[in-house]
Amino acid sequence: MSIVSELQKASLSPEPDFHPDKHPMDDFLRMDRMPHIWCSTCGIGVSVNCFAKALEKCGFPLDEVVVVSGIGCTGRVAGYVKVDSFHTTHGRAIPFATGLKLANPKLKVVVFSGDGDIIAIGGNHFINAARRNIDITVICINNFNYAMTGGQVAATTPTEAILSTAPFGNFEFPFNLPFLAESVGAVYVARWTSLHVYNQTNSMVEAMRKPGFSFIEIIAPCPTIFERQQKMGDGLDRLRWYCENSEIRNDAGTKNVDIRLRDKMVVGKFVDVERPTYLDAMNAHYKDRLGEKYKVYEG
Amino acid sequence: MKADPRGVLTGSHYIDGDFACCEGALAAGCRFIAGYPITPSTEVVERFSRRAPMVDGALFIQMEDELAASITIQGAVWAGKKAMTVTSGPGFSLMMEHIGLAAMTETPCVFVDVQRGGPSTGLPTLPSQSDMMQARWGSHGDYEIIALSPNSPQETFDLCIDAFNLSEQYRVPVMFMMDECVGHMMERVIIPPADQIEITPRRYTKLPPGQYLPFKPSEDLVPEIFKAGDGYRLHVTGLTHDFRGYPVMTAEVQEQLVHRLVNKIRLNAPKIWRYEETGVEDADVVLVTYGITSRVAGEAIEVARQKGIKVGMLRLIVVWPFPEPRILELASRGKAMVVAEMNYGQVFFEVERSARGRAPVVLAGHGGGTVHNIDDIVTKIEEAHRCQS
Repeated sequence: MSIVSELQKASLSPEPDFHPDKHPMDDFLRMDRMPHIWCSTCGIGVSVNCFAKALEKCGFPLDEVVVVSGIGCTGRVAGYVKVDSFHTTHGRAIPFATGLKLANPKLKVVVFSGDGDIIAIGGNHFINAARRNIDITVICINNFNYAMTGGQVAATTPTEAILSTAPFGNFEFPFNLPFLAESVGAVYVARWTSLHVYNQTNSMVEAMRKPGFSFIEIIAPCPTIFERQQKMGDGLDRLRWYCENSEIRNDAGTKNVDIRLRDKMVVGKFVDVERPTYLDAMNAHYKDRLGEKYKVYEG
Repeated sequence: MKADPRGVLTGSHYIDGDFACCEGALAAGCRFIAGYPITPSTEVVERFSRRAPMVDGALFIQMEDELAASITIQGAVWAGKKAMTVTSGPGFSLMMEHIGLAAMTETPCVFVDVQRGGPSTGLPTLPSQSDMMQARWGSHGDYEIIALSPNSPQETFDLCIDAFNLSEQYRVPVMFMMDECVGHMMERVIIPPADQIEITPRRYTKLPPGQYLPFKPSEDLVPEIFKAGDGYRLHVTGLTHDFRGYPVMTAEVQEQLVHRLVNKIRLNAPKIWRYEETGVEDADVVLVTYGITSRVAGEAIEVARQKGIKVGMLRLIVVWPFPEPRILELASRGKAMVVAEMNYGQVFFEVERSARGRAPVVLAGHGGGTVHNIDDIVTKIEEAHRCQS
């Protein structure tokens, strides 16, 4: 036996549960759907990886986890994760998730979708689900544009950014998502970039463990469209930019964390407060008003 | 399977059609309504919001709009509930998006449309039957649905149970097409004991995870269903999908899926059709009608018979799928047709098409706002009779 093959054997043998042909994400991803559709150095895959790690850390049985997506690049997440997953209509992932959670409160329901889906076409559902404090986690990948359709201007596009339907630069005022989420009642609000993989993962753990409407905004590179249009380089250049220009300030106050195209960006965990969830509030209220007649709702 | 007695308010009640609809849903096992207020349907959800806290496992939520209401119920269905939403014309327009989703994902659920005058905001407090074609074709793409139309509060109760049963049997969204008159008219409604109410249970798969394919059809073209949380860890999408539920963007899979979605209703239509015939056999003129108009039409038939015209009635109970062969058969026997409906020709065109030119078909229609004037229907019966002879 050659030294090389001996070494190889040794390198494969030390851990009894080591399976060289098994990928660590096998249990979590639908490997039969690979390769995925996302572009090289797109930030969505990073967040899916963080989400897998977060689920592992939380220790929830995967059979009880449900991922709901809307439409768009991030909307494809539901199709790749190996849990019960629903790819719904554009903007309506949150009300679908609301139905799932209310019908079976034992489910751990996570909405994974993009900024256009959640905040623009689905904005009304976002603000009302947060107001009701529906016990779901919303992970919003913000790449500042409608990427799936070729890079149109969005409700999150920073002023001045150039996109296919804003060829002379965007003149609209963009949403500040953490500020919006806090003002309508989200109990947990954080923002990270695709560079902040540990922070992102930890926030996902905290958000999923937290009862109530939790919201995480992930600023993600869209090198094929957004960064290219702004001449910001490729995905790696953008990660370097995040590294040099994002500032962790948990106490920044969401009002002050709006994003400008080339200014420093504030990230962090901005909100972590307590408020009864929709179902807890409903059960407490009806018990108070109706007494014995009320059948406590457990799904 | 018999109804769960906890949802059945057995007894004799003096209630309107909207309340009867709510009781029918509860008797059918509906435990989840997401709604958005709109006249003249609001009483359905008002009653449900009062009843739900006293019924085990029942929940009402008022959503932010009809887009939300019509998809929240589908989330609830995939978590195991029987669910419906309730609206009227303008809200029905907004729900079209999710009628398409329910058709594509084969989600059993019920959409109630208490019809009012349109287009647009139209006549919020007054009746019409002008959403019939919207119920059939309103969402984009090719699909089939089932639509029922009750003509009294009692029938609203009974048919609402059937609506749920059909939605479970065929995994299809069912349109429950009421109208303002039936919704707001008060009559006696007898609710039978639970053990006399037949319920179609959800067709859950018995196959274990790994073997079960969520969109592989059974013999009757309907696939068995699963629910979230049962360990199947499957994917459901509004995109064109294969038996596994995975999106596939090819003409072949599109053909296989859409053809089945259409055929599972078309080929099962003989089992779904429901109509009631009165005095049709010896009639020279057959009045085809449905919903509240059938009650006015009954009086018009009396008047026409007194004038010596042999008139019968075919009342559609299931409007979609449409009983084309029966219309063709009657037309082939030389019976002229009058279609009485509160619009300017929706089911009328379907009757005309089905008659294939073998008998004259006359429309007794109007724009809505009130039920038909009896004399107007009689005039149309006379016109059809003249054409026939």
